[in-house]
Amino acid sequence: MHIIDRRLNPGGKSLSNRQRFIRRARAAVRNAVREASRGRGIKDMDSGGEITIPAGGVHEPSLRRSGEGGVRDYVLPGNKKYIEGDLIARPEGGGGSGGGGLDGGGEDEFRFALSDEEFLDLFLEDLELPDLAKRQIAVMGMPEWRRAGFRAYGSPANISIPRTLKNSLARRIALKRPGASDVAALRARIEEMEREGASEDEIEAARLELERQAKRSVTIPYIDPLDVRYRRYESHPRPIAQAVMFCLMDVSGSMDEHMKDLSKRFFSLLYLFLKRRYEAVEVVFIRHTHLAQEVDEQTFFYSRETGGTVVSTALEEMIRIARARYPVNAWNIYAAQSSDGDNATSDNPRTLSLLTDTILPMVQYYAYLEVGPDHPIAPMPGLDRPTDLWRAYELIQGPKVPMSMRKVNHRRDIYPVFRELFQRQGAEAA
Amino acid sequence: MSARAKTESRLLYTGVDWDFPLIQRIYEALEEVGRGEMKLDPMPNQIEVITSEQMLDAYASTGMPLFYNHWSFGKHFARNEAMYRKGFQGLAYEIVINSNPCIVYIMEENTVTMQTLVMAHAGFGHNHFFRHNQVFKLWTDADGILDYLAFAKSYIAQCEERYGQAEVERLLDAAHALQSHGVHRSPRKRAPNLRTEEKRERERREHGEKLFNDLWRTVPGGGRRKGQKRTDEERRRALLGLPEENILYFLEKTAPRLLPWQREVLRIVRNIAQYFYPQRQTQVMNEGCATFTHHRIMTRLHEQGRIDDGAYMEFLHSHTNVITQPSFDDPRYSGINPYAIGFAMMQDIERVTLDPTEEDRFWFPDIAGNRDPYETLKDVWANFRDESFLSQYLSPNIMRRFGLFVINDNEAEEYMKVGAIHDERGYRNLRRAIARQYDISRRDPDIHIVDVDLIGERRLELQHRVHDGVQMHDADLDDVLQRLADLWGYEVVLKVVDAETEEVVETHEAEPNMPFGGST
Repeated sequence: MHIIDRRLNPGGKSLSNRQRFIRRARAAVRNAVREASRGRGIKDMDSGGEITIPAGGVHEPSLRRSGEGGVRDYVLPGNKKYIEGDLIARPEGGGGSGGGGLDGGGEDEFRFALSDEEFLDLFLEDLELPDLAKRQIAVMGMPEWRRAGFRAYGSPANISIPRTLKNSLARRIALKRPGASDVAALRARIEEMEREGASEDEIEAARLELERQAKRSVTIPYIDPLDVRYRRYESHPRPIAQAVMFCLMDVSGSMDEHMKDLSKRFFSLLYLFLKRRYEAVEVVFIRHTHLAQEVDEQTFFYSRETGGTVVSTALEEMIRIARARYPVNAWNIYAAQSSDGDNATSDNPRTLSLLTDTILPMVQYYAYLEVGPDHPIAPMPGLDRPTDLWRAYELIQGPKVPMSMRKVNHRRDIYPVFRELFQRQGAEAA
Repeated sequence: MSARAKTESRLLYTGVDWDFPLIQRIYEALEEVGRGEMKLDPMPNQIEVITSEQMLDAYASTGMPLFYNHWSFGKHFARNEAMYRKGFQGLAYEIVINSNPCIVYIMEENTVTMQTLVMAHAGFGHNHFFRHNQVFKLWTDADGILDYLAFAKSYIAQCEERYGQAEVERLLDAAHALQSHGVHRSPRKRAPNLRTEEKRERERREHGEKLFNDLWRTVPGGGRRKGQKRTDEERRRALLGLPEENILYFLEKTAPRLLPWQREVLRIVRNIAQYFYPQRQTQVMNEGCATFTHHRIMTRLHEQGRIDDGAYMEFLHSHTNVITQPSFDDPRYSGINPYAIGFAMMQDIERVTLDPTEEDRFWFPDIAGNRDPYETLKDVWANFRDESFLSQYLSPNIMRRFGLFVINDNEAEEYMKVGAIHDERGYRNLRRAIARQYDISRRDPDIHIVDVDLIGERRLELQHRVHDGVQMHDADLDDVLQRLADLWGYEVVLKVVDAETEEVVETHEAEPNMPFGGST
């Protein structure tokens, strides 16, 4: 008997099967992931968890007997009161009470757990920052190994056989090492000469030659350590496009809890997406009331603030920060703004001019999200018309303008709208 | 108490922790009982300690240590994992593989008593059964299986590399769908070699000479004798070995369009299905044998004072859990528990050999009171499969204890009828009914390939003989037929024939959608 301790063997033997399964059920899993994310709080947006997909797509059919119909006998244990000949009403839902278990019936739904990684990958599939054009070699990012010629030393794993043999061939030719066929030919000639009765001297000379060649082929090796070449690698820093995302959020008094929740959900999705997809993206959080302020992530998502609304302050703050820290020639700049569309009327022209004159020329993409009330109450005349900010922004829309705007009223719309805003170019709409 | 004190020193262990030397000592003690007293003859064991994570991995690939890659294994893994994490389902304590040496997985978090139990159960019970049971001997090759699986894995990986993962996956999907009909149910005729051919010819001649009687020549009529020609159709079928129930085998050998690598993949799937075929036929016996063995070994160890009362109680706790048989009206009921009935029957056979009642002498005259329980059991374990075992050895005693009864469910009638119960009138019917329930050829639909005209339109004709009016699962059927048509490359038709009236009840057809293989 042997005892073998397998505990230290690498686990995850089924990993590749699992990936195949998820790929197979991709469409269903993706839908399930999106479904699952709807009900989640902001904090655990990025954790995995159990999802349920319809079994149809991953069903494995087989030739099997149907679970019902026909004449069948069931043998059951635990008889208490029946005697032969008793009649029993059929139980509801078919007669599969006994034999059914043997046939291994189908299932309607399939539940299983996804890891955080898998969940996010599917969740954020097909999204990207548009127009990530300005590339600049950044220091950050993993170095990348590239082939760079050959060298005479290295680890055995890197031996380049073609190059080694090439050197060996050149050396053998240069030193006139006789090949196996040369020696054989010489030998054949001697035999022929012997048969034809050539003179002793000639044969002797040929023998000497053969001896010389045989010795030569031993002293000159087929492969000499000098021939051996190793592949050489050099590390190159991988160029990474630098980008910065400005998140502008309205937290003024006119935003009710619901709207703030929508905004935060939107930004948390955005943040998640950036954090996950782009190593080198910096995120700047700016919140504003009648005053704008750059804050850290924690404050941005979790602290409370209230006040009036002056949108232009946020834009000014953004411009200031961009000028100070993110020069336009080196950075891809993005901005996302959320607001309930309420702005001090006097501020609208200023907002517009800041946007058209300074911000839009500088950014790659500007996304505007307008959050509205959950249930638009019985629309009082004039209440359902577009907000001031929306109408103002609409003025500057155009095919060449790198700006999109969307409205969101309900939690369930956040994710689709987010996808619309950051859909990969050419990918089909989700 | 003094007797107790004396045996104290013989204790193999106390407490719950174990280490490798201890496992070794326990194994030796098990061997003393298993080989020494019970005269079991298992293959050499290879005990492998694994983590629960690795156990889940092993689950996913039907317990085998290595298997080719396919998404369906990932699906099973995902489901098991979800069930396990939520606590709906515990993990098996062990997995045992019918190979030589026999691989027994034990989990690291088990207590030492559980490890002892598992080694007795798998390493002696299952192992002995694998080695000696007729069905396993006939269909499995314990020496070669691991090498074959390694070959299968690398072959399929190579195919994926060469022909693309999607194409291989599609092929495997199709093959898996037909897996249940990719086994030979009876041994095939071996291709005769010259020596046996000669011997057979001689025997045949001798037999003919012995029986020769000139009178036969004078008997009038004689109907179809040698001279009569078979029709073209019959000859064609005979040439292809039709009817053929092993669909995958037939495709591998005959499908006109498949490429060589595709045939090889079908062969792999079918060989592996064949390897598992005995396990499906011997569930009750296999578990009964293993459970009886572990129960006996553990009890003997306790009697010898080699495990203490606490350990024995712990053992009994999990043992009784395993052999619980809930009644049919219990919410926990999910079919007859093979462990329960298997164990009960093995114990009953032992009782019959040692201490038979009048009834036993009537029912089992050949073994009653022969006073050699182990030899009797070993003979049973070697020569039966579930169906024959139940129809031979299910005693009235067990039927009464389990309260077994038969329900006849005829679709055409309004009520189900109790066909037989555990009484004098019912024993035989009951036994026949339960044996049929375990008859694997009645569990799988009876499907044969009956005809194909390779020269003409190449339509493949299958026949499903319906017994007792039990049809096939319809949605699945069309799906499988579609895959079959893709494999075959031409039209496929399945005729549903009533086995009693020989009438064609239904016809299903499928045209190839995306046929495998090269162009015609």
